[in-house]
Amino acid sequence: MARTRFVGDAGLTARMTLVMFLLGALFVALVVGLMYAAGSSGYGGLVPIIGIAGIGIAWWQWYSSDTLALKAMRAREVTPEEAPELHGVIDRLCALADMPKPRVAIAYTDLPNAFATGRSPSHSAVCVTTGILDRLTAEEMEGVLAHELSHVAHRDVLVMTVAASAGILAGMLTRGAQYGAIFGGGGRDRRDNNNGPPFWLIALVISLVVYAVSFFLTRLLSRYRELCADRAGAYLTQKPSALASALTKISGEIAAIPQKDLRAAQSLNAFFIAPAVSGMTLKTLTSTHPSLEQRLEQLAKVSAELGKPMDGGFGGFPTGLGR
Amino acid sequence: MGLWSTITGRSKPVRANLDALFSLPAAAVTLQTSGGFTPTGIGSVCYRVAEGAAFAQAQRDVVTLLDNDDDPDVELSTDSFGFSWLLARQSPEDLSALVTDLHTVNTSLEDQGFGPSLLCSLVGFTDPAGRTLGLVYLYKQGTFYPFVPTGPQSRDNLLELQVRDLVRDDLPVEEDLHRWMPLWGAPGL
Repeated sequence: MARTRFVGDAGLTARMTLVMFLLGALFVALVVGLMYAAGSSGYGGLVPIIGIAGIGIAWWQWYSSDTLALKAMRAREVTPEEAPELHGVIDRLCALADMPKPRVAIAYTDLPNAFATGRSPSHSAVCVTTGILDRLTAEEMEGVLAHELSHVAHRDVLVMTVAASAGILAGMLTRGAQYGAIFGGGGRDRRDNNNGPPFWLIALVISLVVYAVSFFLTRLLSRYRELCADRAGAYLTQKPSALASALTKISGEIAAIPQKDLRAAQSLNAFFIAPAVSGMTLKTLTSTHPSLEQRLEQLAKVSAELGKPMDGGFGGFPTGLGR
Repeated sequence: MGLWSTITGRSKPVRANLDALFSLPAAAVTLQTSGGFTPTGIGSVCYRVAEGAAFAQAQRDVVTLLDNDDDPDVELSTDSFGFSWLLARQSPEDLSALVTDLHTVNTSLEDQGFGPSLLCSLVGFTDPAGRTLGLVYLYKQGTFYPFVPTGPQSRDNLLELQVRDLVRDDLPVEEDLHRWMPLWGAPGL
């Protein structure tokens, strides 16, 4: 029986599954809360329409994610003839991981970063900036690409879109309720016989709360997915230290660049390898990426797993499984 | 990737498929009779060197094991992509000895938990016109494809497709042409 050095991180999986469960519960709570509020004020028919529209928007964002993201970054797809080395590295990584090869694009910006996008592994694109190509060595670049390919393999665009759907819906409702406040406001509700607050006000409060909770949960989930991608990428290249050194390099560079130039890239942050904008307030709660220390610590663990001798026993498990 | 691995964000390293390598001698006979290609007796294994002491030890063990007989010693080299190549030589007539050598490398690495490091294996052929052909085995896919370099960055696609059709009955061939990655400057060609 073939042995494996791959050790899953049960703690990370458990935390992540919990966050996903909470996000799902949040979505249900939003819909049920609205149904209840709408039912008691006579807008019952409105809720399913809003719900379907919200899901439709989320679906469209996911479906066209590769084209949208590449366009937003003004990236250009490159052929193997134009970028033979980049394609060569991705070819080899895809052969190692047994996954379809994504499209490869280059964004002409000095900001050192890379991101992966696309609705499924067979409709995906990996994009690197000229800034990252200039700064990293071949080995570090390979670590970064393995991280991005892991995002593709884990279908992170899909996961994050589903996770954010409650937030998207709540965001829409907040807008809708504001219109409701303008047009239907003034206390003249269709059913004046019940003394409760008007529907738009309840909807506004519910959606604002849901939006806020969803914001923190999706950020938390995003950080967990980054750790997963780091881990899988390090196991793929078998060189955690190359990714670690790349991360150290990019994070340092990004912090050094003035914030003003980077604002254009803000909306894509969740899919970048390192966040381009670092908020100083509430940083640990709202950042899309885990801290550099956390990531390096995990990579050091992977490195230790890889370097451990596998002696004795016929078991298929490496020693030292217990934590 | 199933639903569970998507939810848990955990892609396990893919296991290597080692068995198909042994169908190579049969394909070599076909290549010789219908294509005029004879084995060069040179084969190589391409793998990823993991960092840390364990892999260095595993690699040392393989080299010692393979050098511990009368045939020529194995040669170790690293390509520009950071992958390592282990080159084994046997007499051109004895292709099965070469395949056994390659298989030794595979099983030794796999025993140490480094099966996911294996990328591909290459066995060289040549014809009287002097063209060289490499039959490349992709471990993760368990399939073969032909590679005919004609220069530093060019390959003879027509001949590759002909060879694929020749060996199709003997070997599992890689149907997805996107996976026929070029191995410029690979040792053994």
